[in-house]
Amino acid sequence: MKKLLEGSQAVAEAVSLCRPQVVAAYPITPQTHIIERLAQQVANGELEAEFINAESEFGAASIVLGAVAAGARAFTATASQGLLLMTEVLYNIAGLRLPVVMVCANRAVGAPINIFSDHQDSMALRDSGWIQLYVESNQEAADSMIQAYRIAEACELPVMVCMDGFFLTHTFEPVDLPIQAAVDDFLPPFHFARALDPSRPMTLGGASEADNYQEYRSAQQAAMEDAQPVIEAFDAEFDDQFGRAHGGLLQAYRLDEAQTVLLGMGSLMGAVRDVVDKLRDQGQAVGALRLRCFRPFPAQALAQYLSGAQRIIVLEKAISIGAGGIVAAELRAALHQAGIMTPVESVIGGLGGRDLTPEVIEAVFQETTQDEAGATFRFAPDHVTPDEPVREDCS
Amino acid sequence: MDKRDTFRHNVLTSGHRACSGCGEAMAARMVTDLIGPDAIYINATGCLQVFTTHNQQSAWQAPWIHSVFANAAAVASGVEAALRAKGKDTPVVVQAGDGGTFDIGLQCLSGMIERGHDVLFVCYDNEAYMNTGVQRSSSTPHAVRTTTSPPGRLSQGKHHLKKDVISIIAAHHMPYAATATIAYFPDLKAKVEKAMRIQGPRFLQILSPCPLGWAHDSALSVTVSRLAVETGLFPLVELEHGELIGVMRLAEQKPVEEYLRPQGRFKHLFGTKTGAVELRHLQALADARIRRYGLLDADTQWDTARAMQSARHGRGGYASSMPASEEVKNDA
Repeated sequence: MKKLLEGSQAVAEAVSLCRPQVVAAYPITPQTHIIERLAQQVANGELEAEFINAESEFGAASIVLGAVAAGARAFTATASQGLLLMTEVLYNIAGLRLPVVMVCANRAVGAPINIFSDHQDSMALRDSGWIQLYVESNQEAADSMIQAYRIAEACELPVMVCMDGFFLTHTFEPVDLPIQAAVDDFLPPFHFARALDPSRPMTLGGASEADNYQEYRSAQQAAMEDAQPVIEAFDAEFDDQFGRAHGGLLQAYRLDEAQTVLLGMGSLMGAVRDVVDKLRDQGQAVGALRLRCFRPFPAQALAQYLSGAQRIIVLEKAISIGAGGIVAAELRAALHQAGIMTPVESVIGGLGGRDLTPEVIEAVFQETTQDEAGATFRFAPDHVTPDEPVREDCS
Repeated sequence: MDKRDTFRHNVLTSGHRACSGCGEAMAARMVTDLIGPDAIYINATGCLQVFTTHNQQSAWQAPWIHSVFANAAAVASGVEAALRAKGKDTPVVVQAGDGGTFDIGLQCLSGMIERGHDVLFVCYDNEAYMNTGVQRSSSTPHAVRTTTSPPGRLSQGKHHLKKDVISIIAAHHMPYAATATIAYFPDLKAKVEKAMRIQGPRFLQILSPCPLGWAHDSALSVTVSRLAVETGLFPLVELEHGELIGVMRLAEQKPVEEYLRPQGRFKHLFGTKTGAVELRHLQALADARIRRYGLLDADTQWDTARAMQSARHGRGGYASSMPASEEVKNDA
C-alpha cells in the first residue's frame, strides 16, 4: 500500500517490518526522526523490541554489537559526528563478523559544524569492513532495509544503508510498504550460530597476533567479495516478490551508445537522470551510472558498464583531503586493472548540503577540462540559475 | 554455598598468562566461580582480557566477549536487552579494570546504570594502567610512582587524588554497590552472592594488587590488599540505592606506612623531607576515610553477626546497619 511518508518514517516502518528485537540510538540530526518513529512504535506496542536510549553513539553501536552477539536482530542509526564517534566500535563489529544493520543519514563532518548532507561521514568508514549501500529514494531506502538484514545475516557482514540527510530523511514521497507476511517470507528469523550462550560457551573477541591476524582480514575481504553476487541475488529476489529492484550493485541509465557517462551515488542521481534526458533530447550521447553498492566495490561490473564510454565523469559528495575524489580514484584503479585507459574526470560537489541542481549537473557535463594541467579533480561549479550563464572559472 | 563448592566451576581455568601473584587473576577466579558458567561475561580491554585470551587460546569456560576498551558496559546493556527480548534471564557480568571503569569506560557505565540494566559490573581495581606498562589512571592514589607520574625534582609521584568512584556509582541510586578485596574472601563471597540475588545494575570494586605495578613481592598480594583495608586507605563498604548500609569495621587502625613500605611504588616517599610531607598527607587521607565511614566507631546499634564471622579470621569486624532479621533473610 502506498503511503506519503517522510524518508525517516519510511525507513522506520521498514525496519519495524524486519522485527528487530533491540533498537539502540542516540539523537543526531538528520537521523533523529528514524529513531523517534521507532520509539513511538515500541511505546504503542506496535513493535515488540527493547528500545535503548544510549548515552552516546559510541554506546549505541556497542549496544547493538552486544545484542547481535547475544543472537538478537538489532538496529541503530546515526550520522556525521555520531558515525565518527562510533568508528572504533564499527570496525570491531566488522571484525567480529556480527550482522548488524544501521542507517547513516549522510551529513557533513565538522569543522565547521554543518548539519546538511554530503557523504564525508560514511566515506570515512569505507575501510571498516561494512557493506555500504547508497540509496536514491525513500522507496529504495525502505526496501534496502529489508534487503540489508537478509544480506547481513547471510554473509555475516554488517550493512550500512546510507541515505542523504534532509534530501531523503526529511522529504515526503509516496512509498509502497510491503505487508508483514511478505517481509516475513523474504526475511527469515535471525539465527546466529555464534551467539553467546551458556549451553555452547564461546570466546568472542580474543587477542590475535602476527601469525593469524592477517587471516582474519583475508577472510573479511573474501566475505566482501562473496557478498557481491548475494547483494545482486537478493535484489532480484526482492524484485520477484515485491515487484521492485534497485539495481543490486549498480544502476545504469541510458548507457546505450553513451559516449559520456556520469557516475554518482545517492539522491543526486534523480537530477542527473533529468539532465541526461535533456541532453539526450539535444542529441548528446550521455548516460548515467549509479553506484548503489560502494562496499564491496564492484570493480568488474563497473569496468563492464564503462568499457564503451569515451568520457567518464564521477560526481561525488566527499573529498579525501590531500588526494581528491574517493570514488573516482577507486574507479580509475578498477578501470586500469581492466585495461581501460579512459581518463576519469573527478568532480566534487554538494558538500555541506550545497544543492546539486540540474543546472549545476549540466555544467558538470559540459565542462571538458580540469582547472589546471595535471589536476586530478575539480570542484563542481557553484549554484547556477537558469538566467545566468555558466561561469567559466569553476574554482 | 558449601565451602568445597566454591571453585567447582573452573570458569577461569588454569594455564592463562597472568603474572605470578596477580591480584586481578585471583579476584576474577573468585568472582567467576561464585557466579558460575551459566552467565554471559563481557570483558573490557585490559590485562584480564589479554592474559586469558592470548592468540586464539581461551581460558574461559563460559560465554565470553571482548569488544573494545571503553564499551564493556554498553555491550553488556545490549546483551541484557537481547536476553530480555528473548525471554531469557541468563546473568550478565562485566569485568573491567580501573581504566575501563574510572576513566575510559565511565560514560558507558553511567549509561548502563541510569537505564537500569540487570548487569553486574565488576571492577578489578589495580590502581593504574598495568596492561600498557603501569601508567597513571584516575584510580591511582596520591603520590604513587607510575611511568606517567614519575617522581622527580619537581614531583612526588601522582599529584592528584584517587577518584572516589564508588560514590559516583552510588550517586546513580542503583540497587547495590560495594567494595571488596581478595584478602577477605568471606566478605567478597557474601557481596558477590548478594549482588547476584539483586535485580538491576550492581557494581563491585575489588582492590586487586599488581606485583608488577605496585612493585611488591608477588607473595604479598593478599597481605598488601589486607593492609589497604586495615590502614583505612581502602574502606570496605556496601551501598544500596545510594545509602551506606554497611562497612567492615577495623579492630585497630594501622599506620599507612605499614601498607606503603612493602610497595616500590611508594619508595620515593621514604628518606626525604618532601616525601615525609606526602606520607603525612596519605595518613590524613586514611584518617579522613576512617572518619567518613565510621570504621573505628563502636556503634552498638549495628548488627555484629558478620563482624563475628570475620573476627574468627582476626581481620577486624564487619558491621552492618541492617536489622539482624533482614540480614538473616538476605543470607538465606
